[in-house]
Amino acid sequence: MLAGIAFYVLATVAILSAFAVIAARNPVHSVLFLILTFFTSAGLFVLLGAEFLAMLLVVVYVGAVAVLFLFVVMMLDVDFVELKQGFLDYLPVGFLVALVLLGELGMVASASMSAQGAPIALAPQGESSVTNAEQIGQVLYTEYLLVFQLAGLVLLVAMIGAIVLTLRHRPGVRKQDIHNQVGRRRADAVELKDIRPGQGLG
Amino acid sequence: MEIGLSHYLFVAAALFTIGVFGIFVNRKNVIIILMSIELVLLAVNINLVAFSAFLQNIQGQVFAMLVLTVAAAEAAVGLAILVTYFRNRGGIAVEDINQMRG
Repeated sequence: MLAGIAFYVLATVAILSAFAVIAARNPVHSVLFLILTFFTSAGLFVLLGAEFLAMLLVVVYVGAVAVLFLFVVMMLDVDFVELKQGFLDYLPVGFLVALVLLGELGMVASASMSAQGAPIALAPQGESSVTNAEQIGQVLYTEYLLVFQLAGLVLLVAMIGAIVLTLRHRPGVRKQDIHNQVGRRRADAVELKDIRPGQGLG
Repeated sequence: MEIGLSHYLFVAAALFTIGVFGIFVNRKNVIIILMSIELVLLAVNINLVAFSAFLQNIQGQVFAMLVLTVAAAEAAVGLAILVTYFRNRGGIAVEDINQMRG
């Protein structure tokens, strides 16, 4: 009963905030609603018994991705009102596609009821002492070891790609150059002049 | 008030549809399009985790983790491209993005 109420509350908040993401005027609000969506989805994951993934969602999305979005939105000096202009132009076709998509997905979802028309129930967890994180760990590092390594490779390539894309060398900027600093010799830094007494350098 | 698999599938379907709808209506704003893609991937994750829980099979959660990885990588590279594009053109309007070719 309590789980049912929790599900309906979380699902409603998730869907409403997801809609606010695409409808908000200010992109900063969009990012904040995106964070709310991810948070409530993490709640849904907890209801499903996937605690590890729920925490992962909070850490990765709320902690990293959403903050990255927030940084970019605030860094770019863009007139967002102007970008909102074409909103109504694409509304009819977008609405049509969304309606068709929702109808199809809804049919698939309602077809997933069991033969008696009753919803498939979540199997009881039993007295198993194996936690969700342990279950994932047992297969992730054995059966899916190669996939796990490839995921790491994807992240590495994405990291290098992001650095290469945003790195720039601007001429005329004074920066510390360790190589120049260390390579400097006394001969090219100090010049000795022999000055006669009473005459100065002239 | 029994919550079944189809309830979760409906939530995921709604999130997916909102994501696709967001891509359609926010044609000018790349940041919102990237966020819509995140919503779509989240819907996929909810589907994977729901099936994993109801079919008593942990594989779905492993794959949800991989989707999470790809989503994070995609966001990083997408935003990097966005920053570079903004630097070069002084705006992020998607409509003149075809001038990047060549």
